[in-house]
Amino acid sequence: MSQKGSKGSIQDLFGKLVRKQIFIPIAALFFLLLFNLIFDPGFFVITLGTNSAGDPVLSGNLITVINMGSELAILAIGMTFVTAASGGQDISVGAAIAIAGSTLLRVLCGTNTRPAVGELRTSILVAFIISCLVAMAFGAFNGMLVAIFKIQPMVATLILYTAGRSIAAWINNNELPIISDPEFGYFGGFIPGIPVPTPVFIAVACMIVAGLVLKFTNLGLYSQAVGINESSSRLNGLNPVFIKWLTFVILGLCVAVAALIKVSRLSSINYSVIAKDIEMDAILAVALGGNALSGGKFNLWASIVGAYVIQLLTTTLFKYEVPSDALPAYKAVVVIILVVFSAPTVREKIGNLKKKTVKREVA
Amino acid sequence: MSENALLELRGIYKSFPGVKALQNVDFNLRKGEIHALMGENGAGKSTLIKVLTGVYTKDEGDIRLDGQNVTIRSPQDAQHMGISTVYQEITLCPNLSVAENMYIGRSDNIIQNWKGMFEGADKMLKSLDIPAEASAQLASCSIAVQQMVAIARAVDMDCKVLILDEPTSSLDDQEVQKLFKLMRDLKERGVGIIFVTHFLDQVYEVCDKITVLRDGKLVGEYPIKDLPRVELVSKMLGKELDDMSEIKTEKKDTDKEDDSTPVYEAEGLASTEGIKPFNFYIKKGEVNGFTGLLGSGRSECVRAIFGADRVISGSVKKNGKTVKIQKPIDAMKNGIAYLPEDRKVDGIVGDLSVRENIILALQVMKGFFKPLSKAEANAFANEYIDMLKIKTASADTPIKSLSGGNQQKCIVARWLLTHPEYLILDEPTRGIDVGTKVDIQKLVLKLAGEGMSITFISSETDEMLRTCSRLIVMRDRKVVGELKGDELTQSKIMSTIAGGEGQS
Repeated sequence: MSQKGSKGSIQDLFGKLVRKQIFIPIAALFFLLLFNLIFDPGFFVITLGTNSAGDPVLSGNLITVINMGSELAILAIGMTFVTAASGGQDISVGAAIAIAGSTLLRVLCGTNTRPAVGELRTSILVAFIISCLVAMAFGAFNGMLVAIFKIQPMVATLILYTAGRSIAAWINNNELPIISDPEFGYFGGFIPGIPVPTPVFIAVACMIVAGLVLKFTNLGLYSQAVGINESSSRLNGLNPVFIKWLTFVILGLCVAVAALIKVSRLSSINYSVIAKDIEMDAILAVALGGNALSGGKFNLWASIVGAYVIQLLTTTLFKYEVPSDALPAYKAVVVIILVVFSAPTVREKIGNLKKKTVKREVA
Repeated sequence: MSENALLELRGIYKSFPGVKALQNVDFNLRKGEIHALMGENGAGKSTLIKVLTGVYTKDEGDIRLDGQNVTIRSPQDAQHMGISTVYQEITLCPNLSVAENMYIGRSDNIIQNWKGMFEGADKMLKSLDIPAEASAQLASCSIAVQQMVAIARAVDMDCKVLILDEPTSSLDDQEVQKLFKLMRDLKERGVGIIFVTHFLDQVYEVCDKITVLRDGKLVGEYPIKDLPRVELVSKMLGKELDDMSEIKTEKKDTDKEDDSTPVYEAEGLASTEGIKPFNFYIKKGEVNGFTGLLGSGRSECVRAIFGADRVISGSVKKNGKTVKIQKPIDAMKNGIAYLPEDRKVDGIVGDLSVRENIILALQVMKGFFKPLSKAEANAFANEYIDMLKIKTASADTPIKSLSGGNQQKCIVARWLLTHPEYLILDEPTRGIDVGTKVDIQKLVLKLAGEGMSITFISSETDEMLRTCSRLIVMRDRKVVGELKGDELTQSKIMSTIAGGEGQS
């Protein structure tokens, strides 16, 4: 009797877990890890070595995942808010990263594209703040088109998607500045003496800030309310136009942070390649997290896990020496499976299946 | 079972997680019968209809159509079997023509015979006496005609069973009469009609039989002549009910004159929605109302008071002090609350939980940087769930899964939580069950007794007579009169609405 009861409660617990939104991306994460564990346990090896400067660094596939996934995770935060409030996505984040990165370099280098060590025009902090402002301004532009002029988000951001990389090139007169100061490389690489890559810390910091914002402000409630029912939100004293606009500005800030990491990794920039197609991965991260792309309710943490799932998938495929040309095709197959499984209708079916089998067992 | 039986349901069960929506429900429909399905919100009417139309699959029970056992798997299935439904909200495409709407999704051919389609549609419309052109765009027709087009579409698909789910809630009296004529015509043709409505008058006007559900169980099936209204209401509520008369006695002492400063006073108020500038005031503890036909501008008036539409002229005083109300948040900060007319579009935030819906207005007033803690929010939500007896599985349930009456109570809770001085209720009783209607009217009088000023709008004049001590009468977007004291009678209201001096 009691045994049956406990079994039932375990089933219940499992059922509850399956219904949780964050379950799907976490399950996908585990599945990919399990796949690697079975086919090549070497995937999990992490070694402590030294880099060319003689500083200790950790390396290994898992480190690559959390390192390279940082930009995507940061963008997923902003994209989740935009999706929730506006019911659409910003497809210009890749181009916006090019702009923010280009601004950063321009402020640091001025017109001298090859500054010697110690010859930077301003401190990195000042340059970063300026690039944040520029990225937020472009976010505000997108937000204005969407919130005030009621243009479909994808169409509105298509403008910047098309023009962004040219604007980025124009900011630096089409030159490709290279920074040789080692400090600049810290943001995308390692800080001497710390073996964990810096982008990981930056991403974690962003998540903490996002978590605090959700806890200590009403951004979550407001953006969801506006995304679900704009008219009713307005009658409850909210300003839907402002809230939608605000989410685009927040995404702009995320773009600037991602741009800092991206540019720092290379200590340079390539306008046409930097952060290419990252907007699609960011949107995918939101979708993988089980968030409705039509807006409304969201789970930020599920989006972030979704971002790391995508990075893990990319790294795994690289590991198995899938040529980089063929990578998108392989990725697509896995993504289709994940998205289908995270679709509410499919999950409901699975949930029902579980219930039925339990019923039969009892009978 | 008997001859002419068209549809028989036997022992239908349906449950959702945590709720037994239907338990052992039977239902019979004969050919050429208009059968009312009655019950409070949450009684299981909608669920039964959704089982019939294949939206939900039943857990147990039999459905027999024309004496044959059938399984209905999807709405398409139901349509093929001849079970058609017309819902409260128009589910057609407003940007297509009437004819296209009647034929959409019905042809298996890739090539559409446009000429035939228009001719067929015209014939159908004529035969049913529907005042619409086949080539007209649907959106250009009135709501009533759109509703009829939906019915015409159903009829044209050889329907045997026609389900009308609250078709009259957005129609005025004349339009309702047209709809009833159409229903009687169809009855002559042998169609069985299931009619779901909250308007008792309408049930007694067109129906032959009534089936009453309560709490997911069958109460009984009665021929209309054997079931007087009072009994119907008591069967729906499951108790003998004298609440209506109770309300009247409670009201008495609120009709008193005084010279105190009004809580709210407006002069020459007008909004972009085209109402003529009007003057209005309300005193502490007063209940007044706007009355008039649909479209007479009563909602627009209160929307202007709340700043829901853009205010273009007028001055407003709150407790004697001039204030500016341009946006809803201004009104809220001045202690004004507004329950909008259209619950689904303007009221609820569907995917959010009951808790979030209840605290929303208070939260917005507190400000962006001061979110309520989860414990506080839960405490508030549970307090009002208990106080207003909101039926919900928990405070975490999405509000859209509640019945209409309970959704409305959540919105009332939302505004009560802001402790307004002046509460505007625009059609709070529309589309909800009798029990909740009574609850809301009682609540209005109780709150007024505690000193809250309330404006109450309802399409049902007797509700307003029961609760309001002063009525502002509207016609053609203009205030045409004000009634109080002894003038508060049905006939006086009618004659004021109609205009002219004589009482017809």
